[in-house]
Amino acid sequence: MRQYLDFEKPVAELENKIAELRQMAQGGEGINIADEIAKLSDKADKQLRTAYAKLTPSQKVQVARHPQRPQALDYIRELLTDYMPLSGDRLGHEDKAIVGGLARFRGTAVVVIGTQRGTEMESRLEHNFGMPRPEGYRKAQRLVKLAGRFGLPILTFVDTSGAWPGIDAEARGQSEAIARSTDTFLRAPVPVIATIIGEGGSGGAVALAAGDRVLMLEHSIYSVISPEGAASILWRDPKQAGAAAEALKITAQDLERLKLIDGIIPEPLGGAQRKPQTAITSVGDAIAAELPALTVLEPAALVRQRREKFLAMGRDAQH
Amino acid sequence: MSWLTEYVRPKIRGFLKREVPDNLWTSCESCSQMILVRDLERAHKVCPHCGYHMRPTAMERLAWTFDNGEFTRIELPKVPTDPLNFRDSKKYSDRLKDQRNRSHLDESMVVAHGEIGGHAAVVAVMAFEFMAGSMGTALGEAFIAACRLAILQKAPLIVFTSSGGARMQEGMLSLMQMPRTTIGVEMLNDAQIPYIVVLTNPTTGGVSASFAMLGDIQIAEPQALIAFAGPRVIQDTVREKLPEGFQRAEYLLEHGMIDRVVKRGDLPRELALVIGLLTAGRAMSSIPTPGTEAA
Repeated sequence: MRQYLDFEKPVAELENKIAELRQMAQGGEGINIADEIAKLSDKADKQLRTAYAKLTPSQKVQVARHPQRPQALDYIRELLTDYMPLSGDRLGHEDKAIVGGLARFRGTAVVVIGTQRGTEMESRLEHNFGMPRPEGYRKAQRLVKLAGRFGLPILTFVDTSGAWPGIDAEARGQSEAIARSTDTFLRAPVPVIATIIGEGGSGGAVALAAGDRVLMLEHSIYSVISPEGAASILWRDPKQAGAAAEALKITAQDLERLKLIDGIIPEPLGGAQRKPQTAITSVGDAIAAELPALTVLEPAALVRQRREKFLAMGRDAQH
Repeated sequence: MSWLTEYVRPKIRGFLKREVPDNLWTSCESCSQMILVRDLERAHKVCPHCGYHMRPTAMERLAWTFDNGEFTRIELPKVPTDPLNFRDSKKYSDRLKDQRNRSHLDESMVVAHGEIGGHAAVVAVMAFEFMAGSMGTALGEAFIAACRLAILQKAPLIVFTSSGGARMQEGMLSLMQMPRTTIGVEMLNDAQIPYIVVLTNPTTGGVSASFAMLGDIQIAEPQALIAFAGPRVIQDTVREKLPEGFQRAEYLLEHGMIDRVVKRGDLPRELALVIGLLTAGRAMSSIPTPGTEAA
């Protein structure tokens, strides 16, 4: 069952009507419905195109968080071969909010790291809704170092509302784990391509996205704080989340303009959740296009360029 | 590095020698007991009754840290003001103006150099009095400037942290200060410059999850709140009673996240000691650290 967002209601009505017509036809009523269906699909497409051509930042938030959007493990399954999941921080814990391991990407051996939200209640609990604990960030550090030692490029797929704000996470040093993860990525002597596939939630996301290239899917978001959080702190009114989403400049388009990301990957009409396969292939193509220019660089040059890229951010920021 | 060649050196000596009337009283923020203001200032804002460490200004901190209270502030890089044209209940640019007038500071970090126990040192202090010590582009640039100054002077960098976290009014530019300040720490590491963090109350959010947790030595003042997510956020998420002393300096010490908890009055001596020990190995500095040069 397709889940519709509230601004997709007109599309939902049309598509429901199409489904009804199809059912009637199957019932053998004998009426010719092909024309009618074509007309309705055309109309639904137009509606979708109009809606998605001018998504507001808060609508983008809804799309980015859509439960049917492809997740890290979908990208891993579709884009990588020989995937060998690796586990554990070697300090006593394993965190399934962060998944990753060795694999091949279109022939090239890589290390892949991603945040996984889970799809139904059981897997959501298993992956802690994609909110990593310190052990997750320490597992990521271990994988980055492994990649560095063996010269394997690193691909990350980021989709998290943020690092887990729990007692256990704080007790085990969430701050340090995030800081050290960012440090480890910045020092990686191999190419790092990070893709924000859904929600890039604050420090919990940046810890996996300090890369040579940071790409964002067209309708993904990346923010220092959730619009809801900002609304209740800065506006003292949770109902102002829309205004906060606008003001915080969290869309891929805004962030490209601010030169904080390196590229935008187009999504199929109606968002990645409508045609996951198309979205995943586009992401693969975008990564494949970036990788060759990075793999030819000497490790020292790679790290230097990565540092310079981050150091340049904000120095010439314009409105 | 134009900021280094162009910087002016305002000498700030005896900046804090204000006359306080002998009969002025205040009360402790923690135990509520009455204290003579003069006594409180002499005790560097530590309550003589309960030992509670009250929050100092950034300028007070500098004066207490350097020998004889003498130091030289450096001018910090200028950054674009209000890059997002941000407005909540108030325009961010107006908020900045207000804060500047009220705090007599340009931003939420002050950087100075001088001597601690006779050792040359660079000190960066976060000013909680300026927008809750929040981290925006200016703070990131100030921290990187402090790192560069320390490398140039071959002197250790000591940072006093106190921050509510990211400067939300700068959106993603504030988040990007996490990798940017981390790069500053990496430059120190690569140059084998000691980097000492003193965590003070409170240090949370993006600051604690970046340069504040990457020190060669991690010190904290007693009772300081040090957290990634603040206690209220955690309470709202897990709906459990938080443990006694949760996220306080002593709790972090017990959980292996910091090296030492040091009373404010002992800090200058501790810092001098640590600097003396870490810089005693200078003869080794020609040997590259494994891993850093491989990059």
